[in-house]
Amino acid sequence: MSDPNEHHSGAPSASSAGEGARIQGEYDVVIVGAGPAGLAAAAATASAKLSTLVLDENAGPGGQIYRAITTTPVQSRDVLGLDYWQGEDLVAQARASGATFVQGATVWSLDRDRQMAVSINGASRGLFARRAILATGALERPFPIPGWTLPGVMTAGAAQTVLKSSGLIPDGRVVLAGTGPLLWLIAAQILRAGGAIDAMLDTTPRGNFRRALVHLPGFVASPYFAKGRALQREVRSKVKIIDGVTALRAIGDDRLREVAVTRGGAEERMAADILLLHQGVAPNVNLAMAAGVAHRWDARQLCFVPVLDADGNSSVPGIAVAGDGAGIGGALAAAERGRLAGLAAVRALAADRAPGAAETDAARRALRRAERGRAFLDILFAPAASFRRPTGDTIVCRCEEVTAAQIAETMSLGVEGPNQLKAFRRCGMGPCQGRMCGLTVSELIAQARGVSPDAVGYYRVRPPVKPIPLKELADMPQTPAAVNAVVRG
Amino acid sequence: MARDYDIAVIGGGLVGAAIAWGLAREKQRVVILDEGDIAKRASRGNFALVWVQSKGLGLPDYVGWTIRSSDQWPQLAAELKDQTGLDVCFERPGGFSLALSERELAARAVTIERIRLQPGVVKFPVDILDHAAIEKLQPGIGPTVVGGSFCPLDGHVNSLRLFRAFHRAVMQLGVDYRPSHTVHGITHRSGGFRIATTAGEVRAGKVVLAAGNANAKLAPMVGLHAPMRGNHRGQIVVTRRMPRFLRHPVVTVRQTDEGTVMIGDSYEEASDDTRMTLAISTVMADRARRMFPILDDATVVRTWSCLRVMPQDGFPIYDQSESCPGAFVACCHSGVTLAANHAYDLAPMIARGALDAAQLAPFSARRFNVQKAA
Amino acid sequence: MFKRLPDIAGATVAITIDGTPFSARQGDSVAAALLLAGRAACGMTAVTGRKRAPYCLMGVCFECLVTIDGEAARQACLVPVRDGMRIETQGAATSITEPAA
Repeated sequence: MSDPNEHHSGAPSASSAGEGARIQGEYDVVIVGAGPAGLAAAAATASAKLSTLVLDENAGPGGQIYRAITTTPVQSRDVLGLDYWQGEDLVAQARASGATFVQGATVWSLDRDRQMAVSINGASRGLFARRAILATGALERPFPIPGWTLPGVMTAGAAQTVLKSSGLIPDGRVVLAGTGPLLWLIAAQILRAGGAIDAMLDTTPRGNFRRALVHLPGFVASPYFAKGRALQREVRSKVKIIDGVTALRAIGDDRLREVAVTRGGAEERMAADILLLHQGVAPNVNLAMAAGVAHRWDARQLCFVPVLDADGNSSVPGIAVAGDGAGIGGALAAAERGRLAGLAAVRALAADRAPGAAETDAARRALRRAERGRAFLDILFAPAASFRRPTGDTIVCRCEEVTAAQIAETMSLGVEGPNQLKAFRRCGMGPCQGRMCGLTVSELIAQARGVSPDAVGYYRVRPPVKPIPLKELADMPQTPAAVNAVVRG
Repeated sequence: MARDYDIAVIGGGLVGAAIAWGLAREKQRVVILDEGDIAKRASRGNFALVWVQSKGLGLPDYVGWTIRSSDQWPQLAAELKDQTGLDVCFERPGGFSLALSERELAARAVTIERIRLQPGVVKFPVDILDHAAIEKLQPGIGPTVVGGSFCPLDGHVNSLRLFRAFHRAVMQLGVDYRPSHTVHGITHRSGGFRIATTAGEVRAGKVVLAAGNANAKLAPMVGLHAPMRGNHRGQIVVTRRMPRFLRHPVVTVRQTDEGTVMIGDSYEEASDDTRMTLAISTVMADRARRMFPILDDATVVRTWSCLRVMPQDGFPIYDQSESCPGAFVACCHSGVTLAANHAYDLAPMIARGALDAAQLAPFSARRFNVQKAA
Repeated sequence: MFKRLPDIAGATVAITIDGTPFSARQGDSVAAALLLAGRAACGMTAVTGRKRAPYCLMGVCFECLVTIDGEAARQACLVPVRDGMRIETQGAATSITEPAA
């Protein structure tokens, strides 16, 4: 009798109990993240017999796009769609390759010498990697509208997560808002599952299509064109769509009650129990930045991306970045980037076992194919400045409750960048470490100074890249040199 | 780009900002020349102590200078609050240094005694206490705390808010704050100074070097000497907010007014503040939870390393130039503790054009016995 | 805010939320269980004490911090439910109280 929790004939879902004990102190390759990039990289390095460890903080592999792919209770394949189920092969190959997988593992420190610290099951330990491949993926762009911190306001990705892992759909008066392919995808998935959506508020700026036209040929030739059109038709036939939305407010006292929508200069209110926001994704840069990896501002994708070569190698020797964390490209591109980073690791550590150039060339070609159409999508769905740079009492830093008005006032002290701003106002000092406010803050400062976000920079990110219990840190091994550095008479 | 000011203060950290504020109160026209967002900025990486015990071993006058500032601190806090509306949450409840072994305690007692026995040193209250006595004053210490030293004059402040308060205060008083104006040259010409920065030239009648470790490079430009270490790295561990359990600052553990707990303190001979040594954070965290077992339940959100501003012998350097009259240098390790003196004593001296020899001669760089630059 | 699709297979998992028993499903995260149980407002802001609920469900926003089996500040979205698990909300940020005596 097959286990209803397990769709895939392979290793059982890894439990975290005892995982920490069975990993070694060093590996040829440590991969952080078991999404498409991490899975493809693991398959490439482990099948070349490099000792490979994959550390992922979720309960099972798949990252965000293939979340819960080995355990999802959503049995009907139509609901999540073919693009989702494609991930099964990646997982199978990675597991068959001989890589060691540890789920429930949070990497919270990585330095330039590739010494890592990872927390598994309430205990932290050190680890050394000859090569590190960071495949920590993307996060949702901040969507700072008035009231976005109210209970009842969530990201579209959040809804997709609980659909995949638990078979939940939004209940009550459901409103989606924002721009981007993912918004249409989650809408379709909710509808296919039998859920209802009361309204979809499209904030795609009107001028975007015109600006994106120059890239149209590439888009039409890409797999996204047909899929995207089909998806939009599917959703439009069932959901009230409000286009050209220029402003949004989430209204309520201690929870969401209404959404106010502005289009064509007029505001309309609708009752809502849940508001799902989405305006694109951006690389999750914290681990890479903490490791010293250089980043630059990508003006088309409106986010900071690592500076990488064609194999994903970063400015820190031995550390590569693959997947959406290298630049937003989607699942297929992520897998190819992971493959390329893995192949590069094999060439670096075991050149005699490296597959020939043909395999790398094939991955490069596949990556180019997967990236076709990206430019069009990036420009078409570029969020409006007003939704990236809020004003007034809109909260920018959720953790420390710092508003746009407070930031503007502080700028008048001659603040040049996010780190001085952080010192003066505490934005970026909360547990999320700037993941929810970093882009907003860099853009607000850039706007105030009249320069590019590249000139402004980003928060300085340091370990732990995720909060850890002090006890875990305190229980880690101590060196005589460290003791001498601290105990001084 | 050139404009005339009475005084240019080079460095917009706690030392420069405190001096600039004091100068502005003396009705001077002041410009602050500062670096950009990513600068060494010890003002963002300190432990925020306003500390008396353990100062001055090797320079007894430093004890008196420190106590004077500690005594003037309440006035500074009140005036900043009145002027800017910002409460820097200065407290002087008395502070501890805690020992986790007999050897540490003995070493501490010896240091305190040596400070006290120095000729000419000012008397100040400090006691060596055992575990039971400390527990009475500060409940919640761990069983392995053997004892420690307590000084009722020790305190702490919210140093980031202090930093912000000084910046707001100087702006309110009309001080010109110029970030991204890194100074690379100073020339003394006909009774004034021409300062070359990365954003153009600035002219001022006087110049105050308050650029922390960079003073070492700037000082010879104006006939001064300021030997600094520049490789004195320390690390700090910070937790999420916790219910208040610590009402006295300990030299290595303090709870801020916001409820977060800061844990220090370490020394490495290193000059890269973008790197850290994880094992040091571990040792500090371990010692902190042995001092206060409640910290075992704390959550660490942030760690960082910072280069301490550290003169060669650890003591402040205050000097005025003889070859370039009107040029002053001010740098010290304890920019937080000494902020009151810098605002109320040092700034008026600079405004008048002469450092008071009686108070500040011991801090002149002449003590390093080197030839002044011609 | 959320409801379970019909015909979802899987073993039930018995947990308590602030002392109240709740039936979750194998594979649910604690956050998913909180959403289903209508206990989404599980956190409180550190500065002003306003109610917060999970926002991203992927370990990025830190709004879903709860106490699990006595351990505080766990991200509910990253922890799978287990039989007998005790979840306490209000564990996100604690207010500052004056020390006793």
